[in-house]
Amino acid sequence: MIPSGFEYHRPSSVQDAIRLLNENEDAKILAGGHSLLPMMKLRFAEPAHLIDLNGLAELKGIRLDGDTLCIGAMTTENELIDSDLVKQHCPLLVDVAKLVADPQVRNRGTVGGDVAHGDPGNDHPAVMLALDAEFVIQGPDGERRQAANGFFLGTYWTGLEEGEVMTEIRIPPIPANGGYGYNKLKRKTGDYATAGSTVVLELDGASCKEIRIGLTNVAPMAIRAEAAEDLLRGQNIDEALIEQAAELVMQACDPAEDLRGDIQYKTHMAAEMTRRSIRDALARAGS
Amino acid sequence: MATAEDRVKADIEREDALQGIGCSRKRKEDPRFVQGKGTYVDDVKLPGTLYADLVRSPFAHARIKGINKEKALALPGVHAVLTAEDLKPLNLHWMPTLAGDVQAVLADEKVHMQYQEVAVVIADDRYIAADAVDLVEVEYEALPVLVDPHKALDPDAPILREDAEDKDNVGQGPRKHPNHIFNWQVGDAEATERAFDEAEVTVKQEMYYPRVHPSPLETCGCVASFDKVNGKLDVYITSQAPHVVRTVVSMLSGVPESKVRIVSPDIGGGFGNKVGIYPGYVTAIVASIVIGRPVKWIEDRMEHLSTTAWARDYWMTGELAADKDGRIKGLKVDVLADHGAFNSHAQPTKWPAGFLSICTGSYDIPVAHVNVDGVYTNKSPGGVAYRCSFRVTEAVYVIERMMDVLAQKLGIDKAEIRRRNFVKPEQFPYETCLGWELDSGDYHTALDKVLAAVDYEGLRKEQAEKRAKGELMGIGLVTFTEVVGAGPSKNCDILGVGMFDSAEIRVHPTGSAIARMGTITQGQGHQTTYAQIIASELGIPSEEIQIEEGDTDTAPYGLGTYGSRSTPVGGAATAVAARKIRDKARKIAAHLMEVSEDDVEWDIDRFKVKGVPGQEKTMKEVAWAAYNNVPEGMEMGLEAVDYYDPPNFTYPFGTYLCVVDIDKYTGVVDIRRFYALDDCGTRINPMIIEGQVHGGLNEGFAVAMGQEMPYDEEGNLLGNTFMDYFIPTFVETPHWETDYTVTPSPHHPLGAKGVAESPHVGSIPCFTAAIVDALAHLDVTHVDMPHNAYRVWQTLHELGADKRD
Ligand SMILES: Cc1cc2nc3c(=O)[nH]c(=O)nc-3n(C[C@H](O)[C@H](O)[C@H](O)COP(=O)(O)OP(=O)(O)OC[C@H]3O[C@@H](n4cnc5c(N)ncnc54)[C@H](O)[C@@H]3O)c2cc1C
Repeated sequence: MIPSGFEYHRPSSVQDAIRLLNENEDAKILAGGHSLLPMMKLRFAEPAHLIDLNGLAELKGIRLDGDTLCIGAMTTENELIDSDLVKQHCPLLVDVAKLVADPQVRNRGTVGGDVAHGDPGNDHPAVMLALDAEFVIQGPDGERRQAANGFFLGTYWTGLEEGEVMTEIRIPPIPANGGYGYNKLKRKTGDYATAGSTVVLELDGASCKEIRIGLTNVAPMAIRAEAAEDLLRGQNIDEALIEQAAELVMQACDPAEDLRGDIQYKTHMAAEMTRRSIRDALARAGS
Repeated sequence: MATAEDRVKADIEREDALQGIGCSRKRKEDPRFVQGKGTYVDDVKLPGTLYADLVRSPFAHARIKGINKEKALALPGVHAVLTAEDLKPLNLHWMPTLAGDVQAVLADEKVHMQYQEVAVVIADDRYIAADAVDLVEVEYEALPVLVDPHKALDPDAPILREDAEDKDNVGQGPRKHPNHIFNWQVGDAEATERAFDEAEVTVKQEMYYPRVHPSPLETCGCVASFDKVNGKLDVYITSQAPHVVRTVVSMLSGVPESKVRIVSPDIGGGFGNKVGIYPGYVTAIVASIVIGRPVKWIEDRMEHLSTTAWARDYWMTGELAADKDGRIKGLKVDVLADHGAFNSHAQPTKWPAGFLSICTGSYDIPVAHVNVDGVYTNKSPGGVAYRCSFRVTEAVYVIERMMDVLAQKLGIDKAEIRRRNFVKPEQFPYETCLGWELDSGDYHTALDKVLAAVDYEGLRKEQAEKRAKGELMGIGLVTFTEVVGAGPSKNCDILGVGMFDSAEIRVHPTGSAIARMGTITQGQGHQTTYAQIIASELGIPSEEIQIEEGDTDTAPYGLGTYGSRSTPVGGAATAVAARKIRDKARKIAAHLMEVSEDDVEWDIDRFKVKGVPGQEKTMKEVAWAAYNNVPEGMEMGLEAVDYYDPPNFTYPFGTYLCVVDIDKYTGVVDIRRFYALDDCGTRINPMIIEGQVHGGLNEGFAVAMGQEMPYDEEGNLLGNTFMDYFIPTFVETPHWETDYTVTPSPHHPLGAKGVAESPHVGSIPCFTAAIVDALAHLDVTHVDMPHNAYRVWQTLHELGADKRD
């Protein structure tokens, strides 16, 4: 439970952080530390340098850019929960943040860290997929943007390149005739999802114009249930269709067995959480 | 003129001022805890302290081919790296267990479980120690692993304990296989067989009580400090039994017991986990003696969950024989007990399966037979009594489960079948067919009170309606009898020391008092309740009574706190010691008032001369006189000691009822209602009782709904962090409703029985019962714990109950 030795750096700007990250062998960014430090304490991770972003005000804060909600990477879960802007423009994120870990973790754990870590058990990645979010990333060669879709490549493996820092998350609005549903099954406070499902959809009359389904902790990375989305897109969603979609969700799952459940249970729970999220999303969309 | 009413009022005020027995006095321990001012072992900071950390085995079963310490020793700040080879000359590489077996302090040629202690590193700080642990190179040769206890006695099973291979007895009787530890039988096998042959109905149910860990908030640890000049050894340790630790440490180290001082400071929970002696303690003590500096060893959470004492791990088969009306004619219990790598279970009785034979429960059962086989496996050694007397929880589980199985078989209501079989109030004291004398009880009243409180009929109606709609609702009912207060020394001892307990009370000249006990509080609130006992017995306000425990240099010898023994044994000693003081005080009062002792009567806080209003001496006045004006021939001072050896155990009981709703698509169980009625005899501090009941219910909930220590086929322990090991927070914990009846113990000086473990023992089968009851219409008679959503869903899925129509 004691990490091996490391050198600690406290950069004064994002540029400085990027410099430190690229100058030092085996350096890692430290955000809230609630994923990184447990791994270091178990000596699964033994970085030689830690570059702490906590002093960087430029990475904090929540603002609107037109109707896009922009969240600084170093924004904590509790800051999300308390933000009026988030409550108003993306209440889904408040629901999600409230079910992340426990209050202690939410005090320090950041949205950027949650996304950047690439842990399939983390909640924000699948939510970002369903929200069609975009990530702002800075590296030695300047700034770039990457869509959430396609960002999550595998366990602890994302579209972030070595030496890059995620600075902001951009979330497009859910249309007025849209709705969301979020269901996470977990064993207890402070636990990761046994399975989670986020649904964001948009209706055109009674018909489903667009739908995105993000799944948590049922594959090596956060995934979208594309076959299920394809089935539902353009349809009047009823219970029979939800049932068929649930089947397709199960086919999309590739979970790892652990004490939360075996493959069969997790697969079934991904389907059950999706059923509930679709129903919730439809209800919120006012159908 | 004072009216009679005024006088009664004045008496009540005088009594209330004492805050004695029956008062919900606020806990004296809490102010320091809630302010973060407790002193736990890790808070003990002695100058020059070194830190110990352990090298542990990654393998469950392996031969050690070699250990290379060089790199670790080369790390600056490392003082020593010790292995079994280094302890051998001191004969400390193995240590005796409480069960007559031996346990490796540091692995001697072989490791028998994952995380077994292989070497200890002593360094300037815990960071250097941790780095050095990584630098110790151990070469292992993996051996076949035995995980399944059912395969332990197979002819071709790998032999685990080569050190004990040729012994025909490892402390608990003859054995029949190198992996066999003991066979233990109680009861009349033949008569029981006959009862089953002649019975109108019989039922049989297999059930597994999983391996669980008490997991107190504070892990285990110690600071050993050997003073080379004076030859004195001080050990600060998280121990539930400091005096016993002193005896054991003296025996192992050769330091005279008078030069060993054990201090149990504030303890962050024990729950049975902190009764035994662990290798970490021994290595820290040895290191301190060798190096001559204080050595601190504090476990981390994973080490704690992986190696220190766990509980249960019983594979049980229960059988009942009965007539068609559900009246029980006989009981059989057969157990395969997985004890892990060493038989280090902390059982303080003379019986290898502890109090398991209390398994006839609250019922009038004419014959019974119990058979237990204990075996070795490549797992962590144990087990212990996790918030219970040893093996009572298993006993209550099997009988309460079997009552339900029988009720379901006969179609008799689960409350009714219990009522038909209860020991009746007039049968007490009641001798069970397995040799226990239940001291007192009134089971019918407790059951009826609970059924009325929850509207049992209404719940059953609601359940029928829900079932018709395809919803799953279950009602669990348990009517348990506990056995606590070990114990009569004729039945119970630790390493030959009888299980009495002690109290020493000193009343000072100005009338306040200090008392020290051989028990040790770990959350039970002794500083509060013991003072209340003395307050009522001596008429001294409890605020003026100081209670101290845990320092063996000052407290009288006692066997410690576990098995709910503090009130039944330590509380009794306290009452008896106080009465000895009162007897002396009465003589002094008579002398002061110049009357005969027979003319003096005790009244709340003073002695009065019978029939002479106003002629009185308060305890305060008597205390002063005890130091300057005593009757001729009497020695001065006002103090007493009592070593209390109880004549019998006490038998608290209760009725618990639990209502659950199950989400059939996820397996999530919602505990809608939990009603707990406890009868612990005389209630010393009702608020503390309620707190203990809440705590016990929380832990029972944890065990039933989520705790387990599973191993994979290679013997890797899964789930040894709080990510997996279920410690419920207030978010998960149900709302508890508590209630009580009072049936005093006839043999305890105060009529008190002990309570803190009943809610653990009683609630666990109640949760299982509720879940089984929810599925009873699907012909389910039993489901094993833990009832987490995953397991419950698996059962539902197998039954097809999660199908959508
Ligand atoms: C008990 C417990 C329970 C938890 N339960 C949940 C849960 O239910 N759901 C959930 O989603 N999470 C859970 N977590 C994880 C928690 O939310 C973490 O806070 C989060 O995953 C990581 O965020 P962080 O700010 O703590 O990042 P850190 O731990 O500091 O960093 C994580 C990784 O991301 C990298 N990183 C961080 N920020 C950036 C950035 N801006 N740019 C580039 N790389 C970066 C770091 O280098 C590191 O590799 C839990 C954690 C704990 C300890």
